Amino acid sequence: MLRLAAGYVPSQAVAEEVVQDTWLAVLRGVSRFEGRSSVRTWLFRILVNRARTAGERERRAMAVPDPAAAVDPARFDPSGSWSLPPEHWVDLVDDRLIAQQMAGRVRSAIMDLPAQQREVVTLRDVEGLTSGEVCDVLDLTEANQRVLLHRGRSRLRQVLESEFGRP
Amino acid sequence: MPRLRLPSLPADLACQKLVELVTDYLEGALSRRDRKRFERHLAGCPHCPEYLAQMRATIDLTGRITPDDLTPQMRQDFIELFRRWQADDE
Repeated sequence: MLRLAAGYVPSQAVAEEVVQDTWLAVLRGVSRFEGRSSVRTWLFRILVNRARTAGERERRAMAVPDPAAAVDPARFDPSGSWSLPPEHWVDLVDDRLIAQQMAGRVRSAIMDLPAQQREVVTLRDVEGLTSGEVCDVLDLTEANQRVLLHRGRSRLRQVLESEFGRP
Repeated sequence: MPRLRLPSLPADLACQKLVELVTDYLEGALSRRDRKRFERHLAGCPHCPEYLAQMRATIDLTGRITPDDLTPQMRQDFIELFRRWQADDE
């Protein structure tokens, strides 16, 4: 939750406030909760709303622009086949220390994603919500959720690739 | 008698197109026909399986980011809350 909140606001302290605030709202609201969605979905929904409000109050610098392509078009020939193909580094991730280090790199890369991609990737791939739950929390259609997930994951792959040595 | 011709799909998917379909593939959102095309391309391409493996590794690494955000007290409060909510619901 803290990580999700931290994506919207400029400092850890503000993020902590947002999480605290969310818990208070949860405790106050529990009697009104109708059980239409899972508690988890409901909780994240409150958190996202609160963090968005706090984030607007304390606008942080905009992150990188949204790259439209999953892979730089310059890496394909005119027929659309790889001219600069992906290299083999996935085995390196089997090493526990490397994985730990790279997970840290992914964590900061998530913070640099455009807001909606960051939300979807955090809820799906970090927190482990299902696509249905994410659509509920963020009011997205399944198709939009997939587009955001795709862009976010593709960007994270690019970051890892650059860490492992390809452009 | 003239025969009806179904629109034919391109014989193969370009690599550049495949990389944009990876998430739909992993999410099980491709139609049966597109899924077959996708898998046919993978079977014959020297590079795209590597790309797919990289996407899977990326998802795996993202999932390893440790959930360090709830203090034990918060976790306890939440479990308590959840139990009460379940009890109320019955």
